[in-house]
Amino acid sequence: MAEQQFSDPRNPNSSSSDESLGEWPASVLAEHIRDGRLKAEEVAEYFLSKVRQRDASIRAFLRIDEEAVLRQARQIDLRRQQGEPIGPLAGLPVAVKDNICVGGEQTTCASRILEGFVPPYDAGVITRLKDAGAVLFGKTNMDEFAMGSSTENSAYFKTVNPWDRRCIPGGSSGGSAAAVASGQVPLALGTDTGGSIRQPASHCGVVGMKPTYGRVSRYGLVAFASSLDQIGPIARNVRDCALLLQVLAGHDERDSTSIDRPAEDFCDRLEEPFESLTIGVPREYFAEGLDAEVEQAIREAIAVFKDQGAQVKDLSLPHSPYGVAVYYLVATAEASSNLARYDGVHYGRRAEQYEDLIDMVCQSRGQGFGAEVKRRIMLGTYALSAGYRDAYYLKAMQVRRRIRDDFCRAFSECDVIVGPVAPTPAFLIGEKVDDPLAMYLSDIYTNPANLAGIPALSLPCGFTTAGLPIGLHLQAAPFAEETLLRVARAFERATTWHERRPSFPDATES
Amino acid sequence: MKHHLVIGLEVHVQLLTRTKLFCGCRNQFGLPPNSATCPVCLGLPGVLPVMNRRAFELAVKAALALNCEIPLFTKWDRKNYYYPDLPKNYQISQYDLPLSRNGWLDVESPAGNRRIGIIRVHLEEDAGKLTHDEQGKGDSLVDLNRTGTPLLEIVSRPDIVAPEEAKAYLEEIRLLMRELEISDCEMQEGSLRCDANINVHVAVPDGCFAATPIVEIKNLNSFRAVERALKYEASRQIAEFEKKFGKEWQIREGQPREFAGRLVCPVMDAERGQPIPKATAGWNEDRGVTVVQRSKEEAEDYRYLPDPDLVPVVVDPAWLDEMRSQLGELPAAQRRRLQADYALTAYEAGVLTAQGRALVAYFEETAQTAGDPKEASNWIINDLLQVLNESKRSLADLPLKPRSLGGLIRYLKQTGLNKQRGRDIFARMLEKGIEAEQAAGELGIQVVGDESELAEIVRRAIAANPKAVADYKNGKKKAADAIKGAIMRETKGMARIEVVQRLLLEELEKVPSDEKA
Repeated sequence: MAEQQFSDPRNPNSSSSDESLGEWPASVLAEHIRDGRLKAEEVAEYFLSKVRQRDASIRAFLRIDEEAVLRQARQIDLRRQQGEPIGPLAGLPVAVKDNICVGGEQTTCASRILEGFVPPYDAGVITRLKDAGAVLFGKTNMDEFAMGSSTENSAYFKTVNPWDRRCIPGGSSGGSAAAVASGQVPLALGTDTGGSIRQPASHCGVVGMKPTYGRVSRYGLVAFASSLDQIGPIARNVRDCALLLQVLAGHDERDSTSIDRPAEDFCDRLEEPFESLTIGVPREYFAEGLDAEVEQAIREAIAVFKDQGAQVKDLSLPHSPYGVAVYYLVATAEASSNLARYDGVHYGRRAEQYEDLIDMVCQSRGQGFGAEVKRRIMLGTYALSAGYRDAYYLKAMQVRRRIRDDFCRAFSECDVIVGPVAPTPAFLIGEKVDDPLAMYLSDIYTNPANLAGIPALSLPCGFTTAGLPIGLHLQAAPFAEETLLRVARAFERATTWHERRPSFPDATES
Repeated sequence: MKHHLVIGLEVHVQLLTRTKLFCGCRNQFGLPPNSATCPVCLGLPGVLPVMNRRAFELAVKAALALNCEIPLFTKWDRKNYYYPDLPKNYQISQYDLPLSRNGWLDVESPAGNRRIGIIRVHLEEDAGKLTHDEQGKGDSLVDLNRTGTPLLEIVSRPDIVAPEEAKAYLEEIRLLMRELEISDCEMQEGSLRCDANINVHVAVPDGCFAATPIVEIKNLNSFRAVERALKYEASRQIAEFEKKFGKEWQIREGQPREFAGRLVCPVMDAERGQPIPKATAGWNEDRGVTVVQRSKEEAEDYRYLPDPDLVPVVVDPAWLDEMRSQLGELPAAQRRRLQADYALTAYEAGVLTAQGRALVAYFEETAQTAGDPKEASNWIINDLLQVLNESKRSLADLPLKPRSLGGLIRYLKQTGLNKQRGRDIFARMLEKGIEAEQAAGELGIQVVGDESELAEIVRRAIAANPKAVADYKNGKKKAADAIKGAIMRETKGMARIEVVQRLLLEELEKVPSDEKA
């Protein structure tokens, strides 16, 4: 309890560069920078000071180059002074998960095997961020190759949960979620293959969204499971999340799986009330393994929707219980192929001593990959091997289709599906490291959205008695991000959970 | 011992696209090592392939030309294996839904016109090239220029019955690919590569045939090598069979399989009662032998999976029709038409067609102008092709246009000039790009066209050859040839032989038979 408090967001118009900056929504910061009431450099300085104060304990960032941050911010200020257009995210610091390539900067996926790898290209989303005037604000920690649910699988160090430093921040985008939650950065990029944005967002009490598969370019995202991976925004509130998504979304001809469709405005109608809204509540979600406090928070969230006049529809997603099994076959099969390129031949880490070619590859991979990555490569290799392929990989692909069909049916009856993001709040560091299956089951509610390719979002809907945040999971039909964000915003307007902040020693001095 | 060879070919053809299959790098042979590479073909983390539409188009054209069925849905798969020339450690290829299947190719083989079945034609990316230290001591060098270039794989059915037929099949594929500008098919540069599967069905006493284990011969880098290697391997397999059958090898009692009207049983390892697995062999060009490598105990497991980075290709039937209409007349049809329309022999039609469409068009125009297809074909096959081969010039560069060659043929017929004179004129025409009459004039060839002038020459010849005349009058008709020879000498071959013949007989009739002394 000691670590939570209600912070009173001050009136953004009253002051410009004191401690309260961190409480301002990113959308307000952006407005002030555009108006010239606030300098991008001041904003950058402020958040860098937060990193200096807080990251020693949180450890959200793998790398952050303060000079590079300030350089970008000054550039924005200069361009504004010269009357150039500076873009919708101008001057806003955005932290980037370390599996997204930023040209000329090290990109490691928190793996030893990519230590020292500097891509000569920007990911599609990085190009978009730069064009929008964002200030790239360091690379965040993650589970190695995005494989994990706790960020404990980073080859470098563990990130802690800002609400309780004994706990994991969730994963694999744990660094990004913790950085936003601890006020070190207003916005961050995460990637979500089976819940890797939503689960850490839920555990850290922030808003995180996995867009529809194909909505955001995967070009320059180091692949874990290509048919499931999506890049998405992490923010303090729904509007900021929409603001960032607006910039990320769009066709990229370098990614054949990115969808070419006209851009929608995700922010425009965000506050518009619904004429009618039906929320679907799958009965499979309230099953064994769901923490009582989490269940309570979700039931209360449903009541909030009801109070606002929403219809609540009881429905069934009969194949969702198979989500985890299907996910761990499809994702590992693709991963076993995607990660084959890290062999020490062309780039990345090569073992120092080896006897011949085969030994060099074995040694390089043996030394370069962590235990979880090896486990998944082996699982995926097995699932694709002759004699097992039909029973595992192909069967999983069939069930994947059933899972998608379930959602399709469900969305003919409701606008969004509501449920928990994770069965429990953040668990203790080390609690599940020796029990991979228990770790895998923490993705039980999030995996199906990736298998179906639908957009899904997590936003704060309560706290446990121990003071850990609980996330509400909203899922919508493919390309219904606008609806999803509006529903999330409606919930946010009716509640105050998103206003809570974890406490820091530095926040008390003023 | 009665036996049949069973041969199937797996041919790889590099496509003539400007850029690679999944990135914008140049697709060109002979560039400095690793200069035509980018993050995509280097397989750097995070980059994605994007299909080259042109490559797909060429592949579909090739498949249509090989009479394949083209399904309206095809996808990309990853073939996973580790090799340093394969930066991603998987090859993007096609597995269970290739872009085409069930085709055939008609081939003029020594056994006549033969239809060879095609199992499938699919598109895949090529791997890079490794250069190993000759002594095996230093490092191996990797050149990734070829990595990701588009490669067509054409898999035949085991319908080929002789090494010569295998060669003919390859030549026909090369002709087709060149004609359609799909590939230049240079075996030396590796733009056409061939692996050959071969085994032998040997007659055994109970009316069945025993099938020797299949051997896949790799590293065949010329048409001649394909033919020689298959010949060698067939005889090696027969010799091995004779040595081992009834001892280490036997055939199992049970269900024989029918193949080409024969009942066939595979030979088994007598001791283990197991079929003998397929083996791989290399072809040693210098020694002229195949070297069988140890057969693998387990087949390689490529762990195919659909490539999630690429969307499946949906083929539009209207587009397919358009592709089909762009094919034009293919060689097999051309050969048939040349025989039917111009009464050429299969050999002549084959030679003309093998040179490509441009030469066939040249022939047709020549034949029409000459009014004599046979002569047009003779001139082209015997004389024009020699000129082309020796001068290394292309047809388009020749100053001799088909209408002029047709003109020459007509001129020779009118004048009755002999072949040697004709060749002189032909050479002059080639050299100067002029018409037959002008060339003849420049060479001082004056045709004796006036009959009264010619009759005078005939009379003089009769007078000068009394012995031959006497012999002729005494019934030795052959004696006239000697007089004819004298006339031709006199006219320097510039008189029409049939006119000379007619005049000579007329004049000889006029000579009284009692003139003998």
